[in-house]
Amino acid sequence: MQRITIDPITRLEGHGKIEIFLNEEGDVANTYFQIPELRGFERFCVGRPIEEMALLTNRICGVCPEAHHMAAAKAADAVYKVEVPRTGKMLRELLYSAFYATDHTTHFYALAGPDFVMGPDAPVAERNILGVIHKVGLEIGGQVIQMRKYGHTVVEIIGGRKVHPCTSIPGGLTKGITKEQRDEILEMGKWAIGFAQFSLKLFNDIVLGNKTYVDLILGDIYTHKTYYMGMVDENNKTNFYDGKVRVVGPDGKELVKYAPHEYTENVAEHVEPWTYLKFPYMKKVGWKGFVDGADSGIYCATPLSRLNAADGLATPLAQEEYDKFYKTLGGKPVHQRLATHWARLIELLYAAERWVELASDPEITSPNYHAIPTGKPTEGVGIVEAPRGTLTHHYWTDERGVVTKANLIVGTTNNYAPISMSIGKAAKSLIKKGTVVNEGLLNMVEMAFRAYDPCFGCATHSLPGQMPLEVTIRKADGEALDVLKQYID
Amino acid sequence: MSKPKFAMYWAASCGGCEIAVLNIHEKILDVDANFEVVFWPVAMDAKYKDVEAMEDGSILLTLWNGGIRNDENEHIAKLLRKKSQILVAFGSCANEGCIPGLANFSPASEIMTTAFNTISTDNPKGILPQPHYKMPEGEIHIPTILPMLRTLDQVVDVDYFMPGCPPESHQIAAVIDLVIQALQGKAQLPPKGAVIGAGASTVCDECERKRNVKTIKEFGRIQLQHADPELCLLEQGIPCNGPATRSGCNSRCPSAGAQCIGCYGPAEGVSDYGARLVAAFGSVIDSNDPAEIDRILDGLVDPAGQFYRFNLAGSMLKASIPAIRANGG
Repeated sequence: MQRITIDPITRLEGHGKIEIFLNEEGDVANTYFQIPELRGFERFCVGRPIEEMALLTNRICGVCPEAHHMAAAKAADAVYKVEVPRTGKMLRELLYSAFYATDHTTHFYALAGPDFVMGPDAPVAERNILGVIHKVGLEIGGQVIQMRKYGHTVVEIIGGRKVHPCTSIPGGLTKGITKEQRDEILEMGKWAIGFAQFSLKLFNDIVLGNKTYVDLILGDIYTHKTYYMGMVDENNKTNFYDGKVRVVGPDGKELVKYAPHEYTENVAEHVEPWTYLKFPYMKKVGWKGFVDGADSGIYCATPLSRLNAADGLATPLAQEEYDKFYKTLGGKPVHQRLATHWARLIELLYAAERWVELASDPEITSPNYHAIPTGKPTEGVGIVEAPRGTLTHHYWTDERGVVTKANLIVGTTNNYAPISMSIGKAAKSLIKKGTVVNEGLLNMVEMAFRAYDPCFGCATHSLPGQMPLEVTIRKADGEALDVLKQYID
Repeated sequence: MSKPKFAMYWAASCGGCEIAVLNIHEKILDVDANFEVVFWPVAMDAKYKDVEAMEDGSILLTLWNGGIRNDENEHIAKLLRKKSQILVAFGSCANEGCIPGLANFSPASEIMTTAFNTISTDNPKGILPQPHYKMPEGEIHIPTILPMLRTLDQVVDVDYFMPGCPPESHQIAAVIDLVIQALQGKAQLPPKGAVIGAGASTVCDECERKRNVKTIKEFGRIQLQHADPELCLLEQGIPCNGPATRSGCNSRCPSAGAQCIGCYGPAEGVSDYGARLVAAFGSVIDSNDPAEIDRILDGLVDPAGQFYRFNLAGSMLKASIPAIRANGG
């Protein structure tokens, strides 16, 4: 049996690895996408005070610490059964909206943008953020940097720090904002709306105006019919910070809508002995292996999933884009994974509009941002939508509020099974009868999982927008037949 | 003349150190202008064998973040030590283990059994990931988790130590400036073993909150009161780690109403962080009665975490006895 190893895929924590096995005919027999690291947060959160969860679990991910900060803080609220005052909730969501806008901007321009703006077939040297800036203009490059700076400024004003915010505590926050700070945040938010609209126009002009790209998006190679997960408010509109988790099937019909504390009845995690990461699935549908369709419990939790799982977006400009998205792509749900990039930009606009909405609320500067918990701490679940998927934190405590047990289902983990399937499908589409499409394989495998913006890949492209990949094709005896390289000198 | 070579690597870390480096904004262009970046997985090519092919000592400066959690981390640490003239332990994980170092309170086997038996895990057969696993198509492998998380200088020789979780961007920019000036002969590098990119005093020295040298009758929890925004948090009974923690962050968390949790590590001259903090907390307790002191100390609900939150792996304790035994010690 022949074997193809893609190692390492640079990622956030160490290196992902893809093993592709070919059968006697030279077709793909199986693929394994392995995650090589485990740090053990669920063990060492035990014994720590519940209020520290929002500080310790930040350190799971320095790219999206805001998501862990919020999920842990909400779980801690639930542990004490304390209702956060309206201003406290708004401040947290305002921080979170600015973070979302920043994170989605980074992904689109630095990570995914090069594929579309430059084109999947553009010379390697141009397929990076610098190439994007050259093509769309230096001024726009400056705006991307500006957007990131503004987002980080809001996170710092409300969260106390640019990386690993520290202000959310059970019952609310340690501080509020002044009217001057509100004015600054509001101005930056208004600018962000314009930036988001501009980004959508760019996508419209460059991608949707190009038949090759549209065909690529709509093509079968990046299509999987799975369940879709996303948090919604009481009107079934997407909300990143609060609400219920709604899951729709491959047919777009609601499977379930559950409150955070009901997650264990709905989500379970499958274990494989060859990787340190688990594979979540819809418990009531069941784990049927790495297959899609309504009978398989595999689900996706991405910007595309959130749009599919919701009935719309709660802000006017983003709703217009939402309608256009489904009209253009032929109705709900959309299964084509590359459409996730478009969905992400629509969410960017929603986040910016929500940022302005919250900053405009007269109560945002109220000193009533914290309610002292009076209940006995016991157990609580907190869920937010991380940019890379639904994020669940669950803690049990003793009567002093010291954690006795913890369970975390982290954003990217939700998508481990679908990413694995997408990699497998790309490999199967590209490797036939032992023939490998050289450049294509590497580009297309890379694009298959970049759509998910997985955390183990998200930071990979930050600066030059390149993903180093090397594929070694070996005969059964281990002798190397061919080595394919991308971005590697 | 070719430019000096620069590398940055992450081991068991969160990526926040990389974000902090990117947040120096336009200064990143100085790095590009003065160095040839040869290895930086977040930004570029990540092939180990390219590093292996380099001459020993050919990389001038390597910033290493992350602790040593598995055999792959250890292998790359040794490799980059050999290839680098200056190796910097960058950020709390590399310096002292950081939050992932809290794993040393338990043996690695417990970390595995906990993670793969949570309430949502469907694992009736008790499967645990195996470093080597035979699939029908062939054997595949993943790195082996080591019994204890170690800091970088517990594995290889380290030239400089730069603390923080993550290091503050203004400190990173200052260090980069210094190295560039040293390259141009305009400045001298500090002596080997120095702590760089941080202050020499404590977080309290940078904190603007008012201290009245007041003593306390009990420790409180930050969520169970509305803390006074002007006064020292410790004097309000909130267990703030400022007195033992190195300065350099501009007292960021106390300025935002939150207690210092100690991410910049031990202050200058402090050999055991926990012991220094115990002394500092002891000095604010208003009692001479042993029974009352016991009662006051009971208000600290997690002493082990309080005193060794960021630096367990790098402390004299390093780990719990079961973890040390599992490590063969």
